[in-house]
Amino acid sequence: MNPHEIVESALAQCTVDDMTVICQEHSQTNLRWAANTLTTNGVMRSLDVTVIAISGTAAGRAAGVASASVADAADVTAIVERAEAAARSSSPSPDAADLITGGAADDFAEHPDQTSPEVFAQFAPALGDWFGRAGGSEIELFGFAEHDITTTYLGNTAGLRRRHAQPTGRVEVTGKSAGRTRSTWVGRSTRDFQDIEVDDLDAQVRTRLGWAERSLSLDPGRYEVLLPPTAVADLMVYLYWSSAARDAADGRTVFSRAGGGTRIGERLTESPLSLFSDPSYPGMQCSPFAVAHASGSTESVFDNGLPLERTNWIDHGELSALGQTRHSASLTGGALTPMVDNLALEVEGAGASVAELIEHTERGLLLNTLWYIREVDPQTLLLTGLTRDGVYLVEGGEVVGTVNNFRFNESPVDLLSRVIGASATEISLPREWSDFFTRVAMPTLRVADFNMSTVSQAS
Amino acid sequence: MTKQAPGTIDDEFLALPLQALADAALQTAREGGASYAAFRMERILGTSIRLRDAAVEGVNDTEDVGYSVRVILDGTWGFAADVDRSPEAVVRTARRALDVARVSAPVNTEPVDLTPEPAHQGMWRSAYRIDPWSVPHDDKIALLQAWSRQLLDAPGVDHVDTSFLAVKENKFYADLAGTVTTQQRVRLHPEFDAVTIDPVTGAFETMGTVAPPVGRGWEFLTEPGYDWAGELEQLPGWLVEKLKAPGIEPGRYDLVIDPSNLWLTIHESIGHATELDRALGYEANYAGMSFATPDQLGSLQYGSPLMHITGDRTVDHGLSTVAWDDEGVEGQMFDIVKDGVLVGYQLDRRIASRVGYDRSNGCAFADSPGHVPIQRMANVSLQPVADGPSTEQMIEGVDDGLYIVGDKSWSIDMQRYNFQFTGQRFFRIRGGQIQGQVKDVAYQATTTDFWGSMGVVGGPDTYELGGAFNCGKAQPGQVAPVSHGAPSATFTQVNVLNTAAEGAR
Repeated sequence: MNPHEIVESALAQCTVDDMTVICQEHSQTNLRWAANTLTTNGVMRSLDVTVIAISGTAAGRAAGVASASVADAADVTAIVERAEAAARSSSPSPDAADLITGGAADDFAEHPDQTSPEVFAQFAPALGDWFGRAGGSEIELFGFAEHDITTTYLGNTAGLRRRHAQPTGRVEVTGKSAGRTRSTWVGRSTRDFQDIEVDDLDAQVRTRLGWAERSLSLDPGRYEVLLPPTAVADLMVYLYWSSAARDAADGRTVFSRAGGGTRIGERLTESPLSLFSDPSYPGMQCSPFAVAHASGSTESVFDNGLPLERTNWIDHGELSALGQTRHSASLTGGALTPMVDNLALEVEGAGASVAELIEHTERGLLLNTLWYIREVDPQTLLLTGLTRDGVYLVEGGEVVGTVNNFRFNESPVDLLSRVIGASATEISLPREWSDFFTRVAMPTLRVADFNMSTVSQAS
Repeated sequence: MTKQAPGTIDDEFLALPLQALADAALQTAREGGASYAAFRMERILGTSIRLRDAAVEGVNDTEDVGYSVRVILDGTWGFAADVDRSPEAVVRTARRALDVARVSAPVNTEPVDLTPEPAHQGMWRSAYRIDPWSVPHDDKIALLQAWSRQLLDAPGVDHVDTSFLAVKENKFYADLAGTVTTQQRVRLHPEFDAVTIDPVTGAFETMGTVAPPVGRGWEFLTEPGYDWAGELEQLPGWLVEKLKAPGIEPGRYDLVIDPSNLWLTIHESIGHATELDRALGYEANYAGMSFATPDQLGSLQYGSPLMHITGDRTVDHGLSTVAWDDEGVEGQMFDIVKDGVLVGYQLDRRIASRVGYDRSNGCAFADSPGHVPIQRMANVSLQPVADGPSTEQMIEGVDDGLYIVGDKSWSIDMQRYNFQFTGQRFFRIRGGQIQGQVKDVAYQATTTDFWGSMGVVGGPDTYELGGAFNCGKAQPGQVAPVSHGAPSATFTQVNVLNTAAEGAR
């Protein structure tokens, strides 16, 4: 069965008041390597259906949700029956709302887009050549390349039919010098691997391992840092995930106002920076409608199909929106600003290159990536984590060597108030969160007084 | 480990054409020249119930049924997975696995070799009594709501988040060597998290139950064993006390660490550090490597001579416990650290062969039918001392310190040197006495310094099994459930931070 037929078949079997069906076809292919040789690989295909059955009682409307992988028509019937049974026995859903309407999209009956190992047709041989070159210069390469296409079909008993094909790709490479004493990392996100230049990755690995030939020790303390786009992304994605309007209104997040309400409207930084999402951002397009398999602080199964558009979360330094569902927007009295699957940070007037930022650095640390980022204190959104694969000391406008790694304790919210410079924004890849969130565009940020709490011996 | 009669595995799983599809896949692989081939079919059921302030926020049921074929062709891995259960599709998937091996050969410079393993045939079911899928959701929700309501009604509690996760995992495995195994495991994790807010200052604190995730059934909530009543009764008072508690003065303290906190420190600083694939560099781009490199096996002083760390896939109710792993290797128990010295690693068949072991100790695991098995964690545990003290006796032995209960925030570097942990509750110890709570505590140390400072290890009465559902590793990312046993233990002069001061300027 084709996914659109599964959606129609499930909806045709509906015996409760309303129903929404999400059918997603996933195809994925990957290569993984270590020490200049392949370690694992694979191709995978799956087809998953989520049925949201909605049943009305005197007390209100209740949703029952069932999800399963499907292989044939009997599976679809079983999922519908499970969701309906759950809806009939559930208490009313606090987030109950009318189904989203909007008619049928023209492309709804199209087959799913699919990927295959062919997507690596140019990349894999180039990678093999790179292994050979690296081995010859005593560099070891470790990494991962993945391409995934998820095609989503969404339909409901109010006549809505939407389809979205989402390609997601990335390549990450860790390069280590002989003896594994020096280490660096490069990563790229991509939609199709056509834009991945292995020579470019190779050059960056060699440059950074070169910087690390001179190593120095530094004590913990507060340093001026240049945070590259991947590191900024890891911090801003965590901030974004912590931006539920309802939790803030409850008084339990960094975006809560003392005494009640949220901090929307409050200035977070004097820097003219804006944090926003936009489903049509060139190069990181994502679903222009909401897809929710479960209800929570920032998503509701009743909101499936809700149109998404550009939303400024921080507008020229001022907190301007928090993640909302229709339910939370009615509770908190805020605008309906649902979350979107990409995130961009731009600093007005920032056009410098990273090289120019380095040139204008008296003394500071150029970081490469951050790792093992975990929340320590929700009140301030204090996060801890490590620097990884390169901390470079910049003195007098140039990189003079590498220093030890640090454990940091920093809040991405407080840190915004210490932004004192930025480069132009570019599409990047978070290091830590790329399993969950890949579509980011970030600048390099110059941040004052970054808290390096202790030294890590890891190299 | 209990070998069960076949009837105790769900009929719905046994009714799948397991053997017929395995035969088709393995024959295709054999004819295609594979030296190793395995067919693995899984059904994974999941239930998630979430309450917000005792109202149902969401109930989700998931079912993942699929299979994979994994081959070694001319020394290179190939792997393919699908969900279509027709014999033609299985043959096609086996051919795709062979194709993947052929396509990958040019980037493989190290021929894959596996340690031998006797052929096994059998069925096994984990140690649980009441299948959560036999309990209606209404009954589960009613109990979770009653307990959530109890917390919410307590003075000072402003919000309660409740989460209940249950998983039932069926695995069928067959390989060219003649191993054919069928298994069923159940695990669940109930959590209650309470929030108190100062309405004037906006300051808030959170505190969660420390009940561990367990390889048990619904009986974990309804039958004697875990003291739910006691924990739910005391939690609001502890939470309110914590909000008003003084912040810790940063410095060095002796720590008495409860098993509910220590399991996570074991997980991060020992469990991951003694995974041989990490030590060899297989995870260098992602999860990281390890300071405990193979050249130090038998000589690295990991910690104090009191330190005895085991790995096992055999303990009843352990989240990593199986009868056979995802490469057909029997579950075992083995030493990792003995008398404070590194003596063993967690292995799968390829890496075991690579460093010269003659058998894997059975730590291969894939989290879903569509993912390749990799080396994952056994239940890695700190053994108690036979005549060791009680937790109370350990507290009495500390002059100036903290008693730390429950895990919360955690972070450790990519070679497992530098870590930082917080907790749910920190009780100040002065002169051998508990003197109320303090807050904003994190302890930070280097792994070998920390374990080297372990001066007292508690007795068997202090030993508890903690653990997690969501240990992450590998690319594509996989999550694995794992338990860790620990007694209470005392660590001397550990660096303690004040997290509020860390976040201030």
